[in-house]
Amino acid sequence: MSMKELRLMKGNEAFAEAAIRAGADGYFGYPITPQSEVMEYLMAQKPHERTGMVVLQAESEIAAINMVYAGASCGKRVLTSSSSPGISLKQEGISYIAGAELPCVILNAVRGGPGLGTIQPSQSDYFQSTKGGGHGDYRLIVLAPSSVQEMSDFASLSFDLAFKYRNPVLILSDGAIGQMMEKVYLDDQRPRFTEEEIIKNTPWATTGKTANRERNIITSLNLDSHVQEEHNIHLQAKYREIEKNEVRYEALHCEDAEYVIVAYGSGARLSQKAVDIARAKGIKVGLLRPITLFPFPKAPLAELAGRVKGFMTVEMSAGQMIEDVKLAIECKVKVEHFGRMGGIIPSPQEIVDALESKLIGG
Amino acid sequence: MDTVTKDDIRKPENLIYKRTNLLTDKTMSYCPGCGHGTTHRIIMEVLEEMGIQEKTIGIAPVGCSVLAYEFMNIDMQQAAHGRAPALATAVKRLMPEKFVFTYQGDGDLAAIGTAETIHACNRGENIVIIFINNGIYGMTGGQMAPTTLPNMKSSTSPYGRDVKLMGNPLKITELVAQLPGTLYVTRQAVHTPAAVRRTKKAIRKAFENQKLNKGLSFVEVVSNCNSGWKMTPNQANEWMVENMFPFYPLGDIKVNED
Amino acid sequence: MAKVKGDIVIDVEKCKGCQVCIPACPNDVIGVSKNVNGKGYNYVETVNEECIGCSNCAIVCPDGVITVYRKRIE
Repeated sequence: MSMKELRLMKGNEAFAEAAIRAGADGYFGYPITPQSEVMEYLMAQKPHERTGMVVLQAESEIAAINMVYAGASCGKRVLTSSSSPGISLKQEGISYIAGAELPCVILNAVRGGPGLGTIQPSQSDYFQSTKGGGHGDYRLIVLAPSSVQEMSDFASLSFDLAFKYRNPVLILSDGAIGQMMEKVYLDDQRPRFTEEEIIKNTPWATTGKTANRERNIITSLNLDSHVQEEHNIHLQAKYREIEKNEVRYEALHCEDAEYVIVAYGSGARLSQKAVDIARAKGIKVGLLRPITLFPFPKAPLAELAGRVKGFMTVEMSAGQMIEDVKLAIECKVKVEHFGRMGGIIPSPQEIVDALESKLIGG
Repeated sequence: MDTVTKDDIRKPENLIYKRTNLLTDKTMSYCPGCGHGTTHRIIMEVLEEMGIQEKTIGIAPVGCSVLAYEFMNIDMQQAAHGRAPALATAVKRLMPEKFVFTYQGDGDLAAIGTAETIHACNRGENIVIIFINNGIYGMTGGQMAPTTLPNMKSSTSPYGRDVKLMGNPLKITELVAQLPGTLYVTRQAVHTPAAVRRTKKAIRKAFENQKLNKGLSFVEVVSNCNSGWKMTPNQANEWMVENMFPFYPLGDIKVNED
Repeated sequence: MAKVKGDIVIDVEKCKGCQVCIPACPNDVIGVSKNVNGKGYNYVETVNEECIGCSNCAIVCPDGVITVYRKRIE
C-alpha cells in the first residue's frame, strides 16, 4: 500500500492540487475573494507541464462556466471555482449544464450576501445550491466539506459522481474552509482520460463526427414540449436515483442523544466543539453532519426523530437547511435554528447557549 | 445540338454541383431566401473540401440559427446566448487538434456576447468566428439589433432607430480588427453568386488559418432578414445593397500575412 | 453557338420559392411555377432550354435544392 503524500495546505490550495491529481483536463475561472488561491495555485503549478491540464483565466464568471460547459461537452474533466456573487453569475450556465446533462465540478467558497455582501465566510447559499439556483427543474449533487482533507478528497469524488450521473457537482465550501491551513493527505496522481477512453466512456461527447456514428449534439433545447417533458421525467428519475445511492453523512454521539444538532461544513466544525462542551455539562447532544446536501440525509434524520426530543440546525445564515430538516422529520419533534449572518462565525459557546435556551429550555 | 436530351446531360459524369452531404436532409427552418441557409451550406462545403468533417466541432448560438446543429452534419454544441466564443475557446484549448468554429448572429455576437467576442478575439484563440449580420433580431420577431442601421425600422424602433435615443449601431467587425489577437477579419455577403464565391473563399481561408495554427479568423456575412425587414427576398437583397453595404462595406478589413 | 449545355434538377418539395435564383441566372432559365409543393410554396422551375450549367442558381440557393449538370458538346 502506498503512503499518501502529507502536506500542510490551505483548503483552496488542497482543492486545486487535488483537482490536478484527479486527472482534471481544464480549469476555467475568474478571480473573486475568498477563493482566488485556487487559480493562483493552479497557475503556479504549471499543470500544463505536469499533466497537460489547461488553466485559463476567463473574462468573467459567465465565460468561465460556459467554457466548463464546452469542455464537459467534449467528455473532459473540467471545473471552475468562485464565490457567491460569481456563482450567481454562473447560474445560467449551470442550468444549461444540468439541462444538457454534462459532468463538471463547481466550487463555491460562500461569502455573506446578498449583493456584494462581505468577503467573510457564510452558508447563505444553501437554497441556491440545493434547490436549483438557475431556471428550470434541476438538481446539483452538493458536497459540503468541513476540513482541508475533504477539500482534497472531494475533488476526485466530485468528478466520479459527475461522470457517473452526467450531472454537475457543486462543492459548497466557504471562506473559512478555503483559507484555513491543515494537514492533508493527498491522493496519488490519476491519469487524464485518453481520447480512446473519452470515446468509449462518454460516447455522447463532441469529439468529431466519425463515419461510424451519428453526429453528437450537446443542447438543452427541446422545442417540442412533449420531448421536453420526457427529458424532465428522465432528469427527475436520475435525481431519485442519486437520492437512493449517494446520501453521505456523519453522525457523532447520536446513539444516546436526546437532542441533535444538524450542521454542515464550517457550521459542523463549530458544532462539534459545542457538542463536547454540552456533553461536559451533561447534556446528551449529538451531531448529524450532512456531507451531501443534495441528496439530503432524510432517512437518518427521520430515524433520529423517533427517539430524540428535538433538533437544532446551526447554519451561518438565517436558517435555510432547517427547512429540509423539518421536511425530513415531518415536523414530528421540535426543530430550532441558530446561526449568525453577515460573515460572522458563531462561537461554540454561543451554540451551546442557543441549544439550552431555544431547544432544551424553550 | 438539338439531339442532346436532358437525359444525356443528367448523367453522373456531367454532375457539377449538388448539395453537400455535410448538410443533413432536414429542411432548414429559415425563412425563404434567408442568407443563413446559404452560409450554412458554404461552411459545410469548405469542411467537405478540406476533409475535416471528422475533426470539426461547431458551436451554435441562440437566435435564428440556434438549430444550426439540426442542419450541419458534424458534432455541435449549442451555446447559451452570446457565449459561443467562450465555448469555442475551451473546445480548442482542450482539443487543439480539432477545428472549431462559432456561428453567431448580430444580437448574439455584438450585444449579449460582446465580452466573449472581444476577449476571444483579443486572446487570439485559434478558432473561426462566422458572424451573420442582418441588422435585426429575427428569431424573436424583428426587434432592434446592435447592428440596426440609423433610422432603420424594427419592432422596437417602429419609427426608425433614433441614435440619440437608442444609441449607435456597433461596427464590431472593425472593432475586433483593431485587436492584436485577430489574424484575419473580413466582411462578405451571400446575395449573388459572385458574393457567395468570395465568402466561401474567405471561410476557406479562415479554416486554413486554423489548420496552420495562425490565429483567430473573423468572417462577417452581411445578410438579409427579409421577414424582419418585411420585403421579398430579392427586394431585401436590393435594399441590403443600397443601405447595408454603404454602412457595412464589404471586403477584407485585416489580413495578417506572416 | 454554345459549346456547353447544362441542365438543373430542382428538388421542388424542398424549394421554398424564395426566387433568389431567378436574378442569378444569366439566361433567364428559371421561373416561378403556378403549382405549389407540399408546404404550399410556389416552387421554381425551368422555363426554357438555355441552361449552360453555370451553377449560379445552385450557389445562391439558401436551401441547396438545385443540382447542376453540364455537358460539353463536341
